[in-house]
Amino acid sequence: MKASTSAAGIAPAALVLSKVPFRVLALGILLVVLVAVGGCSRREPAADLTILNGAEPESLDPAIMTGQPDLRVCNALFEGLTRYDPKTGEAIPGLAERWEISPDRKTYTFYLRSNAVWSTGEPITADDFVYSWRRVLDPATASEYAGQLFFVKNAEEFNTGKLADPAQIGVRALRPRELQVELNSPVPFFLNLCCFGTLCVVPRGHVEKYGDRWLMKPPVPASGPYLLEAWRLNDKIRLRKNPRYWDAANTQNEIVDLLPITSPNTALNLFATGGADIIWDKTLVPTELLDLLRQRPDFHTFDYIGSYFIRFNVTRKPFDDVRVRRALTMSLDKRRITERITRGGEKVATSHTPPGVAGYHPPEGLPRDPEQARRLLAEAGFPGGKNFPRFNYLFNATAGGGAKTDEKIAVEIQSMWKQELGIDVELRSQEWKVYLATQRQLDYDTCRSSWIGDYNDANTFLDMFMSNNGNNRCGWKSARYDDLIREANQQADRRERERILQTAELLLIRDECVIAPVYFYTGFFAFDPKRIEGIYANVIDQHPIQSIRKNQRATRTP
Amino acid sequence: MYFLKRLLALIPLLLVITFLAFVLVRVAPGGPFDKERAPASPEIERALKAKYHLDEPVLKQYARWLRDLLRGDFGASLKYRNHNVTDIILQGLPVSMALGALAFCFAMGIGIPSGVWMAVRRGEAADYSVGLLTILAVCVPGFVVGPLLVMQLAITWRVFPVALWATPWHAVLPTAALGLFFAGKVARLMRESTTTVLQQEFILTARAKGVGDSRLLLRHALKPALLPVVSFAGPMAADLLTGSFVIENLFQIPGIGVFLVNSSLNRDYPMVVGLVVLYAVLLLMLNLVVDASYRWLDPRVKYE
Repeated sequence: MKASTSAAGIAPAALVLSKVPFRVLALGILLVVLVAVGGCSRREPAADLTILNGAEPESLDPAIMTGQPDLRVCNALFEGLTRYDPKTGEAIPGLAERWEISPDRKTYTFYLRSNAVWSTGEPITADDFVYSWRRVLDPATASEYAGQLFFVKNAEEFNTGKLADPAQIGVRALRPRELQVELNSPVPFFLNLCCFGTLCVVPRGHVEKYGDRWLMKPPVPASGPYLLEAWRLNDKIRLRKNPRYWDAANTQNEIVDLLPITSPNTALNLFATGGADIIWDKTLVPTELLDLLRQRPDFHTFDYIGSYFIRFNVTRKPFDDVRVRRALTMSLDKRRITERITRGGEKVATSHTPPGVAGYHPPEGLPRDPEQARRLLAEAGFPGGKNFPRFNYLFNATAGGGAKTDEKIAVEIQSMWKQELGIDVELRSQEWKVYLATQRQLDYDTCRSSWIGDYNDANTFLDMFMSNNGNNRCGWKSARYDDLIREANQQADRRERERILQTAELLLIRDECVIAPVYFYTGFFAFDPKRIEGIYANVIDQHPIQSIRKNQRATRTP
Repeated sequence: MYFLKRLLALIPLLLVITFLAFVLVRVAPGGPFDKERAPASPEIERALKAKYHLDEPVLKQYARWLRDLLRGDFGASLKYRNHNVTDIILQGLPVSMALGALAFCFAMGIGIPSGVWMAVRRGEAADYSVGLLTILAVCVPGFVVGPLLVMQLAITWRVFPVALWATPWHAVLPTAALGLFFAGKVARLMRESTTTVLQQEFILTARAKGVGDSRLLLRHALKPALLPVVSFAGPMAADLLTGSFVIENLFQIPGIGVFLVNSSLNRDYPMVVGLVVLYAVLLLMLNLVVDASYRWLDPRVKYE
């Protein structure tokens, strides 16, 4: 008799686990399930407002934070001399109720509010600001964004170690509530900078007591509209209303949850099933669904100051020839990229500075003109693309289930250059950090690039291409460009300043054609306009949490 | 004695593993402070490196790291600068372990009985239909199963939440999505081994002595048939307990699986090394457990 036939004869009832070791096993499994289930249930009150905030903030420390998701939370906890107007994103009085500006626009005197107190009840003083700014500039803090304060007199010198005495920095407490700031030049956007996280005030005693981990030691004294109730990495940030905030009467929502989410599909699922009220990060919109989403009433797009462009490595042949750079730029059909790939209503760019930047009208750069592009390429010695060396186009690979927008654009550009100019480009995709290192070391021919403005002024788009700026990354050095930017920032007259900056930008995008602008970013939001009020489109994509109102009674739009 | 020796042998092994991880992650191009925006001056970058001792020779850095490790300190994360690696692991590991344990039980609870069932019904329709399901479970990856489960059960029927980690209900879909592959794998292994065991002579002897069906299967056949599954269960448990990038990302679960992938993409050196230590220790310990359980399952196995 074969064993298999005998086995086939075993009654299915035998599969019921009836013997002792299996009872133990079953009990064990039950125990594990119970423990696991116990471990994953949490008793917490529901939040009044839940926001999907994009990537996990790297830091909430004003001196350390750099990213947009960080800044949105940081500004809820700590306030600066000014704060963002929810509608326009412009600077309005924050902890300073008013200020005086000297005639040469280089000295600011800020008067702090008498009712500005920490959440502990202690007053917020001018000394707190002096401490906070010095802390940013102290090399021991290693603040990546210390440059935001370099407009202040002697700040750069102190940060780079050329000056040892912090008392020389141009920020002084004249009286407990009077702060004087001296600038190197009459920068017109200084009040806007004062809203930015880096310049916000931090609680000295708490920071000095706990060092780098001060934000993880509750209760963290707050100077902004909310208190940090919990920060669990990759889980949630929970904010609770700060009753001692000077403008607490206008703070909406007692408890606000900000969830770090990186998967666009998960974000949309949560939003659609009522698990979240707002999605406000542009990386959280599934691009495949854009056509569908843009027709929905709870989906909103807006323009903001971000620019997508191509860098040319001007230290390499044949890209050291401006005619080649122009040919490559003028052969691009940018409309094909915004209409076929990005599809979010992005505007085609010919300048680097986006329209909508305060007090600035970007100049018109090179138009699309394939005919002229072919002529330029022939003049440079490559008629019909003949003998043009093989070159590469560097872009970053998308990690995790993100949209492959950069890859699609790379392929589109490859076909345009082949079609219009008859030249072959090799696409080179690299992991994000490798891509950045390659870009910095100028180990590329052409490369995908983008820039989001830090503050609402053309300078944030233009000073990056000065010869020694770490963000130049094109190998382009132009003494004339450097002079123009410096001259512009010393200029107190706004009209004249705008004219100088336009001249500089034309040098960048037309005369020298160091970069090829492609399009300006569009921002996305998802929220039900019947239930959520107080979020406004503005070019710097800042939406103070305390102004967002939720109408709890309104029914959801299906 | 034998296991004590093996435990001691783990220490040099761990030293080698951590040193390799420590060096390799630093050799990879790009660094933790390479960002889209460069700092305003090169001095800032220098200050950053000095703060985290990245400007020192690698051997010195490694010695410093070992010294801190003895105090239970894995160092500060370079990506999340307000957090310590130890804090991050302590926060995420219990979540990943809870989900992993659930998925482990799910895989075993479904895999073992269905494997035995298939072996018993070998060649019949039940064998083929369950067999097809197990092959599907093995072949269809988690990033397909997960969204399908979410679409049907969470969005269309609204039975379970779409994501997050708050109540026991939240654990159901990720457990299924994570455990399904392993359940299929266990079922396949179990079917093969049970079939082989059932053809062996001692089974025939037992049957000839008049042992009943259920007793034959549970007392005599099951234990030896479990051996291959147990060998597989060690690494499987290590995999499951340290979390899954795909499932944690999909369901937004605050475990450490996401960090396992992202920390190396971010070149978060201390985080990478910390997680490598954790994973290595888990894997090595679980292998020890597997070896120990062999002795219980198979009387012929002896350790000297």
